[in-house]
Amino acid sequence: MTDALDTQIDLWRAHMERHATITTPEVDELEDHLRGHIESLTAAGLSDDEAFLVAMKRLGSQDDIAREFARENSKRLWKQLVLGASEDDARKSGATGWLPAVLFAVVGAVLVRLPLFGNLNGWAGESYARAAGVIGLAAVVAYLLWRNAPGRTLTVTVAGGMAALAGLALMYPLRSGGDAFISTALHVPVVAWLLVGLAYAGDRWRTTEGRMDFVTFTGEWVIYMTLLALGGGVLMGISALVASAAGVNPATVLTEWILPFGVGGAAVIATWLVQAKRSVIENMAPVLARVFTPLFTLTFGVLLVVILASGNILNLDRNLLAVCNAILVLAAGLVLYSLTARSDDARAGWFDWLQVALVAGALALDLLALVNIVTRIGDGGWTFNRTMLLGANLILLANLAVSAWLLIRVTRSEGGAVLRLERWQTALLPVYGLWALVVIVVLPPAFSLLSS
Amino acid sequence: MDIPKDLVAASATPLVLTILAESDSYGYAIIKRVGELSSGQLEWTEGLLYPLLHRLERQGQIEGTWGASESGRKRRYYRLTADGRAALTGHQAQWRTVSTALEAAWTATKLDFGPAGAFA
Repeated sequence: MTDALDTQIDLWRAHMERHATITTPEVDELEDHLRGHIESLTAAGLSDDEAFLVAMKRLGSQDDIAREFARENSKRLWKQLVLGASEDDARKSGATGWLPAVLFAVVGAVLVRLPLFGNLNGWAGESYARAAGVIGLAAVVAYLLWRNAPGRTLTVTVAGGMAALAGLALMYPLRSGGDAFISTALHVPVVAWLLVGLAYAGDRWRTTEGRMDFVTFTGEWVIYMTLLALGGGVLMGISALVASAAGVNPATVLTEWILPFGVGGAAVIATWLVQAKRSVIENMAPVLARVFTPLFTLTFGVLLVVILASGNILNLDRNLLAVCNAILVLAAGLVLYSLTARSDDARAGWFDWLQVALVAGALALDLLALVNIVTRIGDGGWTFNRTMLLGANLILLANLAVSAWLLIRVTRSEGGAVLRLERWQTALLPVYGLWALVVIVVLPPAFSLLSS
Repeated sequence: MDIPKDLVAASATPLVLTILAESDSYGYAIIKRVGELSSGQLEWTEGLLYPLLHRLERQGQIEGTWGASESGRKRRYYRLTADGRAALTGHQAQWRTVSTALEAAWTATKLDFGPAGAFA
């Protein structure tokens, strides 16, 4: 091949590499293809220039090819939007304007504020705490259902599910501040969030891709909520300072009006932002996963050392057990979240090994917690808290054990291992919901925790 | 003959798996082989083949490795995995069922137009 041809191919390469959706190895592969084609054309008698033109023509327009790669490389709709998909595609991907989001945000704000007019020290306040997950997310669900229009069956299921969940949350007379009361308040948001997922993924909830998309959404939503909360906090702080300086006590207005309005509205706005400003956060997710995975691995190491050094492995403090549980849930979430940030054909690297270490540490901690819970049950019999912790830890154990095994296969670059890990992790999502329902509905009466 | 897009897309996976079952191969050679097998009737674009190859690789049905061409250029070769072989068996059964059903229906209704353009 001549230098002139090489120059032309280099130019073509430079153009291709500018497309965000095609990775360098993929351009390498296409270049080999292009050169192979040119070789066979010149062998058939064409000049270099002619062969280049014919091969280029055959390769198709660069935008077309970039779009095909984008479709396969990631299910990321925003990239298709950037590449100029049709308006119909854009609407389907839910890139709606800000106005509907703001309207739903107002509804959300009112929903969160409205129950606060009741007698908060009495029954109204208790109900509010128990059903907070439903109250806070109702507007998000409504917004998603309106935006995605997932069909009648699904809409009815999700809306009915939210109403039923509120009913279940308030079904039992529970002692205010008691174990069952707190566990109900903690588990209702889990189920409510899964209903948000159903509204988000629509019919795709059955597929691994649809569920993975929901996991990504969850991670990005949390990031946006955190950012909004930070901004809101600063604003409230400044308002408080100004009001105090002016001789007005701002506490009532801020805590009873601005805060609930802000929380209710932010939930919807964050939902809209995830979709509307996707490319912003998409670059942050891998960074966050990479920052926190090493930190968590370190935390597990320290925790294990502390526990082992205490020499009291079989009789851990009950609060420590609860903390362990919270950290384990976070670890499982981190593994799931890292998956969404992983590009599908990435080579196995140090990060995968770090994840294996993280999961191994979490497994050790989980086993310790389980041994403790079982010992307690053996000594003191079954109680509400022990049963709840046992169930949660068993689910986590299954999650972490299988994840560890699959992650090891990922580090060995086994084909399809990442896909299996995604399938396993997302298959567990309904299991979390089911267990949360058991905690809300079955356990309180089973341990006669209903106050008369 | 103009083969509709849907049909080309549906037959793409079994064709790639079959060609890789014959022997390990790479992108350009696979497209050439598809042309040979279909006597030039099926013309695949690169936008169809490479994303498909990468998807099959992610699903573990084929395995890609970087090698060198005869002229020393970087080239990605693909090989069928055990998973891919199993998937191919499934595809084969499905396509045979469809093809047998069509043939049977055509024979029953004597709807045999022969090769394209033969009916007059």
